[in-house]
Amino acid sequence: MIAIYSKEMKQYFTTATGYIFLIVSLVSSSLVLSLTTIMQSEPSSDTSNYFTIVLILMMVLLPILTMRSFSDEKRTKTDQLLFTSPVRIFSLVFGKFLSALTMFIIYIALSLFSFIPLFAFVAEGASGPNVAMIIGNIIALILVGMCFIAIGIFISSLTENMFASAVITVATLFVLLLINGISSLSFLQGDGFAYVVRTVINWLSIFSRFDAFAFGYFDIGALIYYLSVSGIFIFLTERYFQAKRLS
Amino acid sequence: MIEINNLVRKFGNKYALDGVSFTVGKGEIVGFLGPNGAGKSTTMNIITGYLSPTSGSVSVDGIDVFSEPLKVKRLIGFLPEQPPLYIDMTVWEYLSFVFDLKGCDYNKRAHLEEICDLVKITDVKRRLIKNLSKGYKQRVGIASAIIGNPPVIIFDEPTVGLDPKQIIEIRTLLRSLAKNHTIILSTHILSEVQAVCDRIVVINEGKIIADQKTAKLSETLGQNNRFRVKIAGPSKEVSNLLKTIHSVTKVTQDGVREGDAFNFIVEYNGSVDIRKMMFRALADKGWPILAMEGVEISLEDLFVKLIENNLREDLK
Repeated sequence: MIAIYSKEMKQYFTTATGYIFLIVSLVSSSLVLSLTTIMQSEPSSDTSNYFTIVLILMMVLLPILTMRSFSDEKRTKTDQLLFTSPVRIFSLVFGKFLSALTMFIIYIALSLFSFIPLFAFVAEGASGPNVAMIIGNIIALILVGMCFIAIGIFISSLTENMFASAVITVATLFVLLLINGISSLSFLQGDGFAYVVRTVINWLSIFSRFDAFAFGYFDIGALIYYLSVSGIFIFLTERYFQAKRLS
Repeated sequence: MIEINNLVRKFGNKYALDGVSFTVGKGEIVGFLGPNGAGKSTTMNIITGYLSPTSGSVSVDGIDVFSEPLKVKRLIGFLPEQPPLYIDMTVWEYLSFVFDLKGCDYNKRAHLEEICDLVKITDVKRRLIKNLSKGYKQRVGIASAIIGNPPVIIFDEPTVGLDPKQIIEIRTLLRSLAKNHTIILSTHILSEVQAVCDRIVVINEGKIIADQKTAKLSETLGQNNRFRVKIAGPSKEVSNLLKTIHSVTKVTQDGVREGDAFNFIVEYNGSVDIRKMMFRALADKGWPILAMEGVEISLEDLFVKLIENNLREDLK
C-alpha cells in the first residue's frame, strides 16, 4: 500500500494534475474568501458563504485528483502490473484514496493562510471571525471531500477515459446536491409514503449533514455517516475489480 | 511446477478457453504457440490471477491460484502482451516502484542494478521510459517481471514488434534466464519456440492440439520437406522435369522472375534426398540451379498437419 501511495503522490507532481488542482483551488478559494468577506461593501468576517462556495468548487476540482486514478491504469494497461502483483486489491484502492486525500488536505492546509487577513484586519468594534465555525467548517469540508474522493475513485474504475471519469464524477456530485433540495419540496412534506421517501432522500444527501459542523458543533452522527459513505465506495471499487476478473 | 487443469473461460457466450490442461515441470521452458485469438493471453492472464476462469483450476508449486492468490502472485513474474509501463517515470523509478510493490526482501539497489545489467538497460536507467525505443521498453518490461527472482516467469509475446537484432538478443536473454527459472513463453512465431523452448504446447480456438518436446514436433514437421529453388531455363519444361523426379509431390512456380531464371517451390515426400537427383536431371538439360533454400513450415501448415494427425489418431 505504501508503494502505491508514494507512486500516486509522485505522479500527482510529474503529470501536473497535482499542481493544477492546488493552484486552481488556492487561487479560486482565496479569491472567494476575499470577495465574500473583506471586499464586501460592508466588510464582514462571516465565513459561512465562503465555505458553501468552496464546497461547490470542490465538486468540480476534486475530480481532477481522482479522474486518472484507475482509468489511466486501465488505458495504459498498467492495471495488469498492479493486479498481478502480490498486493490486495483493497490496498491498491485504499492507497489511491489516501494519496488523493493527502493532496486535498495539503490544499486545506495551504488555504488556511488566506484567513490571516481576516484576523489581522478586524474592524473596530466588530467581533472578528468565529474560530469555532471556521474549524467546524474545515472538518466538515474534509469529511465531505473524502466522500467526493471515494466516489471519484469508484467512477474512475468504471471507465478507461479519464475525461469521462471526471465529467461523470462532477455530474454525480451535482445530482447529490440536487437531492438535498428535493426533500424540501412541498409534495414530500406529508406523512406515510412521502415521509419514507423524504427519509431515504435525506439519508442519501451528503450535503445536509454539513450544517451542524457549519455552526461549529461536532456532529458524531455525521462523522460516522461520512466515514461510511467513503468506506462504501472504496468497498464498491474493490468489489468491482474482483467481479471484473470473472466477467 | 505449474498445473493447469481443464480450464474453461467464457467471454459472454464465446468460449475463449475450452478445457485447457497442461503441466510445466520445474526448470522447463515451454513455448505456448497459437494464432492470434487462440487463447494464449487468456490462459496467461488466468495463471497470473488477472482473470478468473469460468471453471477449472491452476496451481503453481502446489498452491491453488484462486484460494491463495497472493502467495501464487509472489511466485510469478509476468510480462503482459503490452508491457505495463508508467511512461512518465524514469527506468529506475519504475523498477524501484515495482520492487516496492512486490515487497521484495533483497537489497534494493544491488538487486535492481544486477537486473539492469542482466537485461542490458544500465545505460538508460536515468531516462524517461516514454523516450525509449520499443526494444528498450520491452527490456524494461522483462526487467520488471524478473524483479524479486520469481521461480516462474511468464512472457506474453516478448518479441512482438522488435527488429531482428533485438529479437536475437531477447532470445539469448530468455535462454540465460531458463537456467534458474521455469518459463512459459507465448508466441505465434514457430521458429521462435523452436529456437528457445524445450517443449511446445500448441493451442487453437481454445483447445490444446499438441503438447510435445520441441525435437519431436520438428520430426513431425520434417515429414513434408519443401525447398525453394531458382533455376535458369524455360519455366514450363523445368517444371515438368521436376515433377518426374522420384517422390516429388508438388511443384509450384513462385512467380518471381529474374532474367531467364524462375523460382520454384518443390515439395517431396519421404527420406530420400532429392537434391542430387534434381541436380543431375537439370545438368543433363543444361539448366543451371542458381539458388536453393529450405522453406520453413508456416504456422498454418503446422495447424493443418496437427489437426490431420489428431483426426487420424481419433479414427484409430
